[in-house]
Amino acid sequence: MANIMIRRSDKGDYVFYLPKRDLEDTIVSMEFDTPEKWGGEIKLNNGGAYFIEPQTAPERLPYSVRAKRLDAAE
Amino acid sequence: MSNLTKEQAEALIAEVLEVYPEKAKKDRTKHLAVNDQSIEQSKKCITSNRKSLPGVMTIRGCAYAGSKGVVWGPIKDMIHISHGPVGCGQYSRAGRRNYYVGMTGVNTFGTMNFTSDFQEKDIVFGGDKKLAKLIGEIEGLFPLNKGISVQSECPIGLIGDDIEAVSKKAAVEFDKPVVPVRCEGFRGVSQSLGHHIANDAIRDWVFGRDGKDIKQEFVPGPYDVSIIGDYNIGGDAWSSRILLEEMGLRVVAQWSGDGTLAEIELTPKVKLNLIHCYRSMNYIARHMEEKYNIPWIEYNFFGPTKIAESLRAIASHFDDKIKAGAEAVIAKYQPMVDAIVAKYKTRLEGKRVMLYVGGLRPRHVIGSYEDLGMEVVGTGYEFGHNDDYDRTIKEMGNATLLYDDVTGFEFEEFVKRVKPDLIGSGIKEKYIFQKMGVPFRQMHSWDYSGPYHGYDGFAIFARDMDMTINNPCWKKMEAPWLKKPEVAEEMAKAA
Repeated sequence: MANIMIRRSDKGDYVFYLPKRDLEDTIVSMEFDTPEKWGGEIKLNNGGAYFIEPQTAPERLPYSVRAKRLDAAE
Repeated sequence: MSNLTKEQAEALIAEVLEVYPEKAKKDRTKHLAVNDQSIEQSKKCITSNRKSLPGVMTIRGCAYAGSKGVVWGPIKDMIHISHGPVGCGQYSRAGRRNYYVGMTGVNTFGTMNFTSDFQEKDIVFGGDKKLAKLIGEIEGLFPLNKGISVQSECPIGLIGDDIEAVSKKAAVEFDKPVVPVRCEGFRGVSQSLGHHIANDAIRDWVFGRDGKDIKQEFVPGPYDVSIIGDYNIGGDAWSSRILLEEMGLRVVAQWSGDGTLAEIELTPKVKLNLIHCYRSMNYIARHMEEKYNIPWIEYNFFGPTKIAESLRAIASHFDDKIKAGAEAVIAKYQPMVDAIVAKYKTRLEGKRVMLYVGGLRPRHVIGSYEDLGMEVVGTGYEFGHNDDYDRTIKEMGNATLLYDDVTGFEFEEFVKRVKPDLIGSGIKEKYIFQKMGVPFRQMHSWDYSGPYHGYDGFAIFARDMDMTINNPCWKKMEAPWLKKPEVAEEMAKAA
């Protein structure tokens, strides 16, 4: 489990940031992306994948959340 | 020598790597690359932020250097204790030229060295008592200090001293922030982790404290911004600040060059954070974005092209008044820029530069050189991460060299082959290359010149580069008796 921060880039897509490892990347896909259900499996541009417990969407970004690593890039 | 093609550059890297043993070669290959602008992600071509290879000459610093030297050190009205043996603080004292205004030793303490001077008995029996005593002495001798930070050196982490407990107690006793920073030198692979630790310490111990008095008196305005990641080297932050103020913004805080604790405590009230050194202070900007909803943008005040771009980008976050202000500032300085370019471009055009610096300069100063008609043919970071290289790839031309955490040997070999007209790096590289006959500028301390930020800085930058490259001494590298005979004959004729 790792603390991650999700924010929106200037272009409007989600950006994933893992402070512990200074890893910043765009999120290619997020399993659930509706106001009621948000999170699930997220895929990063670098090939990595993380899992966020599905929850209601945060009121505003950036938002820090615990995530589980499914498949790291590198 | 003309510029390398991509194949030549790749061959050059392969050739340089040839001398290493198999394992070292495999490791170093990942850190050297030929730039290709079509690559979106730097990790496909270059690896960074990894442990340096034992046995090679690396130019990196430690976490203590990143915290005490870079982030905390310039905060002028706090006292930063180098907690541990005397050397770390003493040999780095006042070396970074973070200018500030104030009476040193009375209300500002930037160039002074405070240390707990660990002895053998402190290692054996622990240094907490000494630290508590030291803080008491500081309060007696320098009562105008606004706070204290405890910057740990390696032994503190090794012997397991509880500096947090001492700090908390002292903070209550003296009613001042006393910030323990766990920046022991052995943490991380370079000074980069020190920046991160220092940022986290500000987040936890300064923002967390919620400064009582200052915040109530502060009246927020619609045009409040903060300058983050400008360490005022040679006055850089001042030459940046005047541009922002001229366009109508109010600069509330400078992080941390010529900065004060009060400015830092007020930063969560600003409307926009402006980040110059992304590498060392993006952490706190991300935190403020999440917690206080303050957006942040990166800007670049090196060279008129980038300044104009940055001023417009900053203005786009505000109303038309600021946008007009930005245009007015750009227009105001245009004649000055034209005069500088007219004066120096003819003397500098076509010259080729290799850079190897720290956090932001390997990419930020490229614009300055290009404005003078020069070309950057190689660049690299001491401690950059992937996101730094992501940003660098777009700035650099195709088939230029990228080298991460370059070793002394590799850098020398690259210079011998690429034959640049100027090298910009630090003090440790300076004399090697000057003795090789290559003009050199220190790009950490601006070679004791500066500022280089802003329009005023550009004038100084252009003058300094001209002064270095076109210095007559570079024509005198060969002893007169070793000169070729025809030259000697000509001289005889002339005489």
